[in-house]
Amino acid sequence: MELNAISIGFAVFTIFTLGGGLGVVTTRNLFQGTIWLMLSLFGVAGYFVLLSAPFLAAVQILVYIGAIAILITFAVMLTRSVARIKSRYFRLLPSFVASLALFLILLFGITLPIFGGHLPEAAPEYVASTRDLGAALVDENGYVAPFLLASVLLTGAMIGAIFIAREDKAKGGGA
Amino acid sequence: MTMEDMCSGLCSLLADSGADPGLAQFLSLLVGVLLVSGVPLVTVILLIWIERKVAARIQDRIGPNRVGPIGLLQTFADMLKLLSKEDITPTAADRVLYNAAPLVSFASVVLIWAVIPFTPFHYGVDLEIGALYFVAIASFGTLAIMAAGWASNNKYALLGAFRVVSLLVSYEVPLVFALLAPVMLAGSMSLVDIVNAQTGMWFVVLSPLAFIIFYVSSQAETGRAPFDLIEAESELVAGFNIEYSGMKFGMFFAAEFLHVFTNGILMALLFFGGWMGPLYYESPLIAFAWLGLKGGLIYFTTLWLRNTVPRLRIDQIMAFNWKFLVPLSIVNLILLSLGLKLLQELGWAPRDLLSASVGDMLPATALMLLVNLGLALYLLGLLRKRGAEARRDEQMSRASLDQARGLAADRGGA
Repeated sequence: MELNAISIGFAVFTIFTLGGGLGVVTTRNLFQGTIWLMLSLFGVAGYFVLLSAPFLAAVQILVYIGAIAILITFAVMLTRSVARIKSRYFRLLPSFVASLALFLILLFGITLPIFGGHLPEAAPEYVASTRDLGAALVDENGYVAPFLLASVLLTGAMIGAIFIAREDKAKGGGA
Repeated sequence: MTMEDMCSGLCSLLADSGADPGLAQFLSLLVGVLLVSGVPLVTVILLIWIERKVAARIQDRIGPNRVGPIGLLQTFADMLKLLSKEDITPTAADRVLYNAAPLVSFASVVLIWAVIPFTPFHYGVDLEIGALYFVAIASFGTLAIMAAGWASNNKYALLGAFRVVSLLVSYEVPLVFALLAPVMLAGSMSLVDIVNAQTGMWFVVLSPLAFIIFYVSSQAETGRAPFDLIEAESELVAGFNIEYSGMKFGMFFAAEFLHVFTNGILMALLFFGGWMGPLYYESPLIAFAWLGLKGGLIYFTTLWLRNTVPRLRIDQIMAFNWKFLVPLSIVNLILLSLGLKLLQELGWAPRDLLSASVGDMLPATALMLLVNLGLALYLLGLLRKRGAEARRDEQMSRASLDQARGLAADRGGA
């Protein structure tokens, strides 16, 4: 791999992603854990930029860092002890087996088929724009079915959230 | 893409004079980055003076007038004072986060300027996703406030951060919905395209409600009155930044001031045609002046509002957002998209706004204005009814209270 802007960027974002992930599992402080998680997610957004998908990069930052991670910090604040957690997780063997299995699946499922003869083709000259992405989402030969399914799922989740919030109010007379 | 395509202006000048092409490109890009980030950094010094002067005039004071002519150098004196102050980090604070938070806060505002086009040809970068980039970058500001509030290890700071973050997260929803209006009208998220699409008609005329929603939510996003929960001195001592001193406090302070002006410029770009104005094509300076003038006027109205209205309670702010602004922004967006599609199908509106003239846009503008006006009138009626109901309830409860007091007094007298 030659040393150019893209490979340097790839290295930096890899450090962000893996370092952030390592930080999440090693820190004893929940709030710092969420900050590490954000760093990791930020690294993934960087990958999207390197893959010429700026829309996904912006959405990654907006949704994961701007919304989900902020929600996690809120949830973390409501837990009993944020810092210096004493309790440890001891069932290490099942976790080890599960993560090893996942790693092997990824290794054999993704790396082997493209090993040797199937070198990935060079990225096409034409870079898909956000407009293409939007058109593909509503194209009947594209992704209209998953798109509709996801919309139904989200609507269902929203209605469920409203329903739960409402019921609480009727019973408890306000929190 | 060859080097010749990417290399122009200063870069080609350097390359011609014998520099390595790669180095020449890097240097010219570096100069561009420094210029783009320099504009907000210099502007903010002046903005603090303007803000203090305007606030003073509105409150019937003179404002800073001792340092330099008409107090122009006051901010420099303040900066020196902040820099020379003791830099305190509480012992129990989370050291890294505590020190990083002000930097992230300021960076989240300066980074927005990367996509702001000053003239048709002068901008940091014309991202295809410019509008989305602005929203994504703004979420770092929320993160900075949360980190500052938590890392300070102070209950007032944490409470302040909670309130501010809930405010920021809530008002981001109508902000994004309002932002979608110009994006949809222009058919692009690039800020340059959005401005160019306003050649025929400014988007504020096509969708005034979207502009009002954007204006109100960005006033909340910057934490300005009537949404100034960020600095509720009377309730939270100072809010999330209570433990900060010296230049670290100054960074939060500067970030807020700059954010207000940045929003003014953004609104000028999104809704008021950016650099468009008489003779803008003659010189980039004229185009730049138009943008500055429009942005400055909007900025002035936000200062005006800030110094005129009192602070709302947090429950009022939240109710206003979730029960009024969010539904309104959704309805507005649906009406806008339906209207736009209908007009395009009927052939009354051009499909490509980039080459549309004022005449092409007139029928669409008239209809859009009518729809917006209808919606606004309906909303005003609704608000009036609700206000009347609230007043009646208040009067009734007060009357019954008075009656009860009167009875008690009678009994006491008897």
